[in-house]
Amino acid sequence: MINDLYQETILDHNRRPRNFQSLEDANRKAEGYNPLCGDQCKVFLKEHDGVIDKVTFQGAGCAISIASASLMTEVLKGKTVGEAETLLAKFHDLLTTDQPLPKDLGKLVVFSGVREFPARVKCATLAWHTLRAALRGAGEAVSPE
Amino acid sequence: MPSATSLDVTAIRKDFPILAQQVHGKPLIYLDNAATSQKPKCVIEALTRFYQKDNANIHRGVHQLSERSTESYEAARGKVQRFLNAANAREIVFVRGATEGINLVAQTYGRTHVGAGDEIVISAMEHHSNIVPWQMLCEEKGAVLRVIPINDRGEVEFDQFEKLLNRRTRLVAVSHVSNALGTINPVREIVNTAHGWNVPVLIDGAQAVPHMEVDAQNLDCDFYVFSGHKVFGPTGIGVLYGKEQRLEDMPPWQGGGDMIRSVTFEKTTYNDLPYKFEAGTPDIAGVIGLGAAIDYLDQIGMDAVAAHEHDLLEYGTRALENISGLRLIGTAREKAGVLSFVIDGVHPHDAGTILDREGVAVRAGHHCAQPVMDRFGVSATTRASLAFYNTREDIDALVAGIQKVKEVFAV
Repeated sequence: MINDLYQETILDHNRRPRNFQSLEDANRKAEGYNPLCGDQCKVFLKEHDGVIDKVTFQGAGCAISIASASLMTEVLKGKTVGEAETLLAKFHDLLTTDQPLPKDLGKLVVFSGVREFPARVKCATLAWHTLRAALRGAGEAVSPE
Repeated sequence: MPSATSLDVTAIRKDFPILAQQVHGKPLIYLDNAATSQKPKCVIEALTRFYQKDNANIHRGVHQLSERSTESYEAARGKVQRFLNAANAREIVFVRGATEGINLVAQTYGRTHVGAGDEIVISAMEHHSNIVPWQMLCEEKGAVLRVIPINDRGEVEFDQFEKLLNRRTRLVAVSHVSNALGTINPVREIVNTAHGWNVPVLIDGAQAVPHMEVDAQNLDCDFYVFSGHKVFGPTGIGVLYGKEQRLEDMPPWQGGGDMIRSVTFEKTTYNDLPYKFEAGTPDIAGVIGLGAAIDYLDQIGMDAVAAHEHDLLEYGTRALENISGLRLIGTAREKAGVLSFVIDGVHPHDAGTILDREGVAVRAGHHCAQPVMDRFGVSATTRASLAFYNTREDIDALVAGIQKVKEVFAV
């Protein structure tokens, strides 16, 4: 069902993306790009002693990619780098497997509908791949392959 | 509402088995013809027949099957010659597609005729396949790529084109019909003007041949390329037409079997046209399938195809113009086959996904024409593209699908 993909939370975050700005005092950042569809995403992080204090993004793309980036910035605040990596792996499983939904994903479960739309998985993961590049210090543009 | 034209689309649709199916529980509405077209039964059967009865390599065997396959292959070349109204069959070179045809010209004609400081002219509405081969050549030779600007309708600015031509211009390469906008370019006038400077012209006809009659001699172009799969033939086969003298003057491209007359370790002499450019075993089945597609189009008549699609395009344009928040990208006065659009507040990929769930297959993205997207200030569009088997009902389904998109996004 199309409404499983475009849940109200996703539409809301697409219309009003949260933390949609660059971050002056970011100490980690990365840029992601999906050459197939042209979606772009920049992620800015302020990390201190292994804890993510602030995270923001800028970009252009479809509702799935914008909402995914927006929700990501909300859930990451205050998480450790290790927790962020774990969340990324779980989020990826949520999108790409047919295992029962992971429990501790919080708001991110709104993306469970993406499973039924394999062509759109890359839209949902672009921001997260960009996040990983920022955490691991890869300064170059990444694509969600 | 039935179409105003005489084409019997109900009968025609029966020739395309793929169209009679459901996707996501809805009847398939195939409006992605500019990406690739569907194949009539006669094309599919020609491929099957070839592999079941005639398969053998061409131009070399003495046995019966090789004679039959050679005959079918060369008969298809004759069909393409007549389809384009080329002066003779030696001017028809089989390649993988329009892209390969353009690369062939860039790497043979281009490499021998373009030097440092020379110029190649393309238009701002080209597909990447008619940009990148020329950029690569310019890079290699220190030449300069010049671009004819387009106006807000998506038409070339002809006076600007005239100003771009000069003594250093070595080639003009433009599309006949734009894949992203549907604009029909005034190619006859472009050729005429370029020839005034003794500049040869390559026309990318990938999006033109499915929609209208093309007469290479009348256009007087030096090169014309198209892809078989966009004109109801198989994938992997395409055509480079070149004026005989141009092709004669060009060095061969790839070396190998079939393109030679004799080989010793000291000296190789090359074969005659068109074999000079057809190294190795070609896509024999693809060529024969393309021949079958051309036979099919001959039966229907390109005039009837053009008239039917013109009606559909007008009907579709009116319908889309009436949708609030929708903007058509590409409103040239001369257009064929393409309805490219953006909807306020909805990214084209989201529109594409929702339309797909309604059974409507369209393309969403930059259509391999990123400079066109930049020109119109969008990152992507949703594109519905037509073929003669489409109907007004297909357009109605597209419009209903767009309403569904607007409903989901509450715009």
